[in-house]
Amino acid sequence: MTSKYYEEHKDDVTWQDGDYTVTRTTTWSGPGCHDGCGVLYYTDKDGKLAKVEGDPYNPFNGGTLCMRCLEMPEFVNHPQRVTSPLKRVGERGENKWEEISYDEAYDIVEEKVREIWRDYAPESISCMMGTGRNACWQVPYLCYSAFGSPNFCLGFLSGESCFQPRSAAMASMNGDFLIADMSQQFEQRYDEENTEWRTPEVIVIWGNNPVRSNSDNFYGGWVVDCMQRGSKLITIDPSLTWLASRSEYWLRLRPGTDGALALGMLHVIIEEDLYDHEFVEKWTYGFDELRERCKDWTPEKVSEICWIPAEDIVAAARMYAQAKPATIQWGLPIDQAVWGIPSAMAINALWTITGNVDIPGGNIIIRNAFDQNVSYNYGFNNLAPEVQAKRIGAEYPLMAKAGFSSTAHSDSILKAIETGDPYPIRMLWLQSTNPIANMGSDAPRIYRAVKSLDFVVVVDMYMTPTAVAFADLFLPCAMSCERDSQRVWWVPLRGMKKVTQCGNVKSDEDIIIDLGKRLHPENFPFDNEIEWADNILKNETPAYGGDFDQLVNKDVWKYPEFHYRKYEIGEGRYDGQVGFNTPTGRVELYNTTMMLWGYDPLPDWEEPTSSPYRTPELFEKYPFVLTTGARSFEFFHSENRQPNTTSRELHPMPKFEMSKNAAEKLGLEDGEWCWLENQHGRCRQILRINPSLDDRVVRAEHGWWFPETEGAEPNLFGTFDSNINNLIPQCDNGVTGYGAPYKNQLCKVYKCTEENSKVMPGYHVTREDGYSKDIDESNGDVKVGMSYER
Amino acid sequence: MSANALMIDYEFCTGCHACEVACKKHLEVGEGQYGIHVLQDGPRELPDGRWEYNFLPMPTSLCDMCAGRIAEGKDAACVHHCPAHCMHYGPAEEMAALAAEKTKSAVFVPVA
Ligand code: SF4
Ligand code: SF4
Ligand code: SF4
Repeated sequence: MTSKYYEEHKDDVTWQDGDYTVTRTTTWSGPGCHDGCGVLYYTDKDGKLAKVEGDPYNPFNGGTLCMRCLEMPEFVNHPQRVTSPLKRVGERGENKWEEISYDEAYDIVEEKVREIWRDYAPESISCMMGTGRNACWQVPYLCYSAFGSPNFCLGFLSGESCFQPRSAAMASMNGDFLIADMSQQFEQRYDEENTEWRTPEVIVIWGNNPVRSNSDNFYGGWVVDCMQRGSKLITIDPSLTWLASRSEYWLRLRPGTDGALALGMLHVIIEEDLYDHEFVEKWTYGFDELRERCKDWTPEKVSEICWIPAEDIVAAARMYAQAKPATIQWGLPIDQAVWGIPSAMAINALWTITGNVDIPGGNIIIRNAFDQNVSYNYGFNNLAPEVQAKRIGAEYPLMAKAGFSSTAHSDSILKAIETGDPYPIRMLWLQSTNPIANMGSDAPRIYRAVKSLDFVVVVDMYMTPTAVAFADLFLPCAMSCERDSQRVWWVPLRGMKKVTQCGNVKSDEDIIIDLGKRLHPENFPFDNEIEWADNILKNETPAYGGDFDQLVNKDVWKYPEFHYRKYEIGEGRYDGQVGFNTPTGRVELYNTTMMLWGYDPLPDWEEPTSSPYRTPELFEKYPFVLTTGARSFEFFHSENRQPNTTSRELHPMPKFEMSKNAAEKLGLEDGEWCWLENQHGRCRQILRINPSLDDRVVRAEHGWWFPETEGAEPNLFGTFDSNINNLIPQCDNGVTGYGAPYKNQLCKVYKCTEENSKVMPGYHVTREDGYSKDIDESNGDVKVGMSYER
Repeated sequence: MSANALMIDYEFCTGCHACEVACKKHLEVGEGQYGIHVLQDGPRELPDGRWEYNFLPMPTSLCDMCAGRIAEGKDAACVHHCPAHCMHYGPAEEMAALAAEKTKSAVFVPVA
């Protein structure tokens, strides 16, 4: 129920409220997250953003907001924002800059790019961006269509381990992507009378905490909405999340064992004959092979691997299989394991053999609204085929040849920087990404590599550790409320309307257009962000039919039609036949695409590369299983760290967690600074006792830096001191190139003392060339498992 | 007519701080001050092996029940933004009746 005020303005896009102008639109990072929620921006007489409210009529978030969008004006109007392009005047890392104009900055970029083109080749330029940003089609386009390089990827995200392993598994098994059905595809949300949607009987929350993370365009509040409508939960998580506390079953698995658990659940469902015979017979391929594969994965065996009681595995499997509809909402830990793809295949098999495919309240086949598929490959066709073929990562055919990947392989880009093989990378363009503070595993190794480049540009909203360490040029970019833009991630299509301006800061789009026109004008037949949006709506969004004006000033958001059971009505395949978009036309439990490229066609699991059982000698030295990256309400990855903000008020310092027993045994107390250390390196965070953890598990935060402290090296905003990625390797990927062990390392923990804190990691890395620097002479790789000595 | 009350159906409160921050913005209070403050209990294992883990947003003496917003025909800022839809605003008796249908709930009457 909405109140009178909002009802009166229901059909308005802008209106006056006293001294404020109110604008109805959507917002998309940064600041923000993976989602694009409906907002009402309140701007004051001077055009400044004063306040943000949730738009009660936007079906996506229904008027609600997370704390981060509520505090948005603090970040938009923050004194630390950079308002002019900056040219480095000191050495890299000194944080000394001179203000220049955008045109002067473009002159420098153009000159450097042409130098690289002349001395090397276009592909010697690599572009990167951060996850979820509304720069996901803009930066790839810049890379391919302005620089002429195929080497776009996410900021040194090892193994492309954010959704890409899951999406490669889904694309090959189903020919489509599936997501948990919370009615998000319908404008009339939760409406069981006027839509076919049904409340899931059971929701499996597998390795994520959606109320905090809102990842992959999935708003966490939807899960609570379904709970209020009667959904029961099963939660799979090493820690008792709030959702776990509300679950019928909480499976406290050992980090990194998701694939084994899925195989165990498949075993129970198949052997107890709880699967959906009709669906399996009619719509799947390879069930007998799957059954054979799962034979040995008994609950007893899986119990030993996962550290979960066997009876809980059996009970949870039964509960999931016997519910209809049931849905699985899964998360990043599946990707962030060397066994990412096989684990994702196992979980995909779970919703398949239980017949929960594309049914109301199950796991639905979702496509981007109005077929707008501009994303990581947008503009790739502007490259000649021989340049496309040079995309780094060609040694991984699933990515390079089967067409499942839309980025270069990040680990291989790193190696190319280090070794010049297969060819040198000499320039890096980093837009809205902060790898050495955030997702770049083995951050010290990245630090060393990127320092060696000829030219580095950072485009971001604030000065970051990454910019100070590497940038020759820093270009400030606009925040969501300062841009006219549009975006699709599944549904709906969303418009973002500009309501304010910061200095003369430009949008991501305008920066890219300005540069594109200098380098490859033929690929930039638009003069500004609005014309570019119009171009995409017209040419790449065929079924929408409107232009940008229509989108932001009339529709604001637009939902496409949605049909369930597409495989029954000829909407599953491009050829209009019934079935799925796979070689066999069925969901491939036996994955013929994987087989074709020489990989195991069935789900499987093996121990992580560092684990209590695979490397017992390491476990003796580092007796905890370390998982990283759990989300907080206060932050989106490394964002929202600025001082004097509500985020930092509520979450001032980095925290890691261990059980009470484990802490007591080591004589550690809640609130103490401790070192976390393993064979790769160390960092420090503050201990918080988490009584729900297994005594053998440690859980640490990621993304930390301290913008209130010195930016210049050796401090670098303190980013290396608390960076958990000092302990995580690069280039430890699955056979496909996908997957990386961010969430399953080993570590030890000890108290910080004056004595052992004399040389901080920031100093050690930036001044002493420290951590992970041992090179294997035979192949030029940094040795995995080298010993940390200090 | 009775006073207005806030009803928190805290079976569903995730501890997300949205109410807290929405209220800070409404009251324009700075660091360390709250019109509603999210309290946490747990996670704690109960003698029977189940787990206790609850959040409860508690209005403080600064809460003005959004009188100004209500007068403009708006709603309470905290209730408006709660992603879990677990906050309700209305006359105290109505809120008490609503609370009686819930398993874990609390009714607050911050302003007489
Ligand atoms: S999910 Fe939260 S942070 Fe993300 S856009 Fe929506 S309100 Fe903002
Ligand atoms: S009713 Fe208004 S003043 Fe009271 S807690 Fe909610 S937002 Fe704050
Ligand atoms: S906004 Fe709602 S879910 Fe979040 S802390 Fe407040 S009451 Fe709890």
